[in-house]
Amino acid sequence: MVLNMGPQHPSTHGVLRVALELDGETLVSAKPDIGYLHTGIEKSCESKTYSQAITLTDRMDYLSPLSNNLCYCLATEKLLGLEVPKRAQYVRVLLAELTRIASHLVWLGTHAIDLGAMSVFLYCFREREEIMKIFEFVSGQRMMTSYFRTGGLALEPPAGWLDRVKAFVDAFPAHLKEYEDLLTENRIWRVRTVGVGVISPKDAIAWGVSGPTLRAAGVPYDVRKYFPYSSYDEFEFEVPTRTESDCYARYLVRLEEIRQSLSIVKQAMAKMPMEGPIKTDAPGIIPPQREKMKTEMEALIYHFKIFTEGFSPPAGQVHQRVESPRGEMCTYMVSDGSPKPFRVKFRAPSFVNLQALPLLCVGRLVADAVACIGTLDIVLGEIDR
Amino acid sequence: MAETVETQVNPVAARLTAWDAAAICGTETYRGELTVTVARENLQRVANYLHSDPELEFDFLSDLTATDHLPNEPRFAVVYHMLSIRHRHTLRLQTWASSSDPTVPSVTTIWPTANWHEREVFDLFGIRFEGHPELTRILLPADWEGHPLRKDYPTEGHR
Repeated sequence: MVLNMGPQHPSTHGVLRVALELDGETLVSAKPDIGYLHTGIEKSCESKTYSQAITLTDRMDYLSPLSNNLCYCLATEKLLGLEVPKRAQYVRVLLAELTRIASHLVWLGTHAIDLGAMSVFLYCFREREEIMKIFEFVSGQRMMTSYFRTGGLALEPPAGWLDRVKAFVDAFPAHLKEYEDLLTENRIWRVRTVGVGVISPKDAIAWGVSGPTLRAAGVPYDVRKYFPYSSYDEFEFEVPTRTESDCYARYLVRLEEIRQSLSIVKQAMAKMPMEGPIKTDAPGIIPPQREKMKTEMEALIYHFKIFTEGFSPPAGQVHQRVESPRGEMCTYMVSDGSPKPFRVKFRAPSFVNLQALPLLCVGRLVADAVACIGTLDIVLGEIDR
Repeated sequence: MAETVETQVNPVAARLTAWDAAAICGTETYRGELTVTVARENLQRVANYLHSDPELEFDFLSDLTATDHLPNEPRFAVVYHMLSIRHRHTLRLQTWASSSDPTVPSVTTIWPTANWHEREVFDLFGIRFEGHPELTRILLPADWEGHPLRKDYPTEGHR
């Protein structure tokens, strides 16, 4: 029997259709059908300047928009050969890790509610709300922040923002313990996740799986350690891995990643340079400060050219990887020397991970399909772009 | 063959050219990234070597995509980004296809993950991958006409 799951379904976490072929309750095949959220982001980027396209990147993995911003901005900076000031790099790391926590909270809440644990969903969203408030305070936007720009940050972070981050960091570990108390030794949770959705490390690598799914299979590939960016090599943190490679192992890996992210946030707060520019000095590329623009002719001309025409990176191609909460996210950028990107390709970790869904759930019961989709932590915005 | 001082030092480029220099059209290093260009006739052979040679061991194919260089010929660049989990080196492998014959051999037998990537390139660029098990559109509806990421496909309005 062929059972259609989606594209409208509470447990597909977006507009995903999975064609399930069943023999009784056993899955014979599971074929994902995607494209319902395809909005032509890569094509749109080609008709916008490099700065304008940043706002499009938020909309891909919409649960960790700062991650996408970071990947895109790092690629642009690589094309231009720009060095970002230390202070901006630390702010980027701090916000990227808060984004990881926020994203994992959504994952945990939605995965748990799929399997019946409704309270966990509400608790996770309650904590995530605090992170959204911090983002709004710093960037003006709860979700689609576009806070990182070529060469640094969009705005000076407001005074007192680190106090807000500290308040969150102090209160959060108790909440994390709440989730663990509810789930980790919970018999129902264990029956639904232990031994479910196993993928071998060899298969995971062959199918390009990355992120917590790969690490729960025993492969310690984390872009922040392999190819450090934005000063991640100045922070001490561990990359949690397990070997059981089931939904339960992925749950434990992500919980531990939240703890590691909290540690990175604390280190960033402690080591944050309190003074210094938030944008690199590159006339003609980075807009001049507004006071200078209003009083100096040269600054005015630069401002005008940057905002009407845009800056033109030298012709060439670059590839930038970051560790998004879902895995290895890459931006491949080709410049033809014009102010608009010639080609931008976003390698979305969810797109690649979803391809491995049949390996996780075929041969198991239909209810395990829900657990397997949840455990992969997919976001349709980045799958379909 | 474009050999600069940097390719003499890059171990990946050195090992590739030592294995079969004739198969390599060119190597380039820019912003610390190595790009190796091959003709599409040699693509599978080179990809196989990159995957199986124990000192290269490019087991992880991160990305497979294309760029349309209309009106230049050859028109389509097909680009592969890969890394080795054990050795931690990275590579961009690149090949070209003309507008009159936009086909390239599939690498799904080497990296299974290439399956969906090649479908996406077929969907958005119209490039065919020979040997792909099921080359159908993946993002756009099956009855869509045209390939939107081509440069002669408009960004807005009716065609």
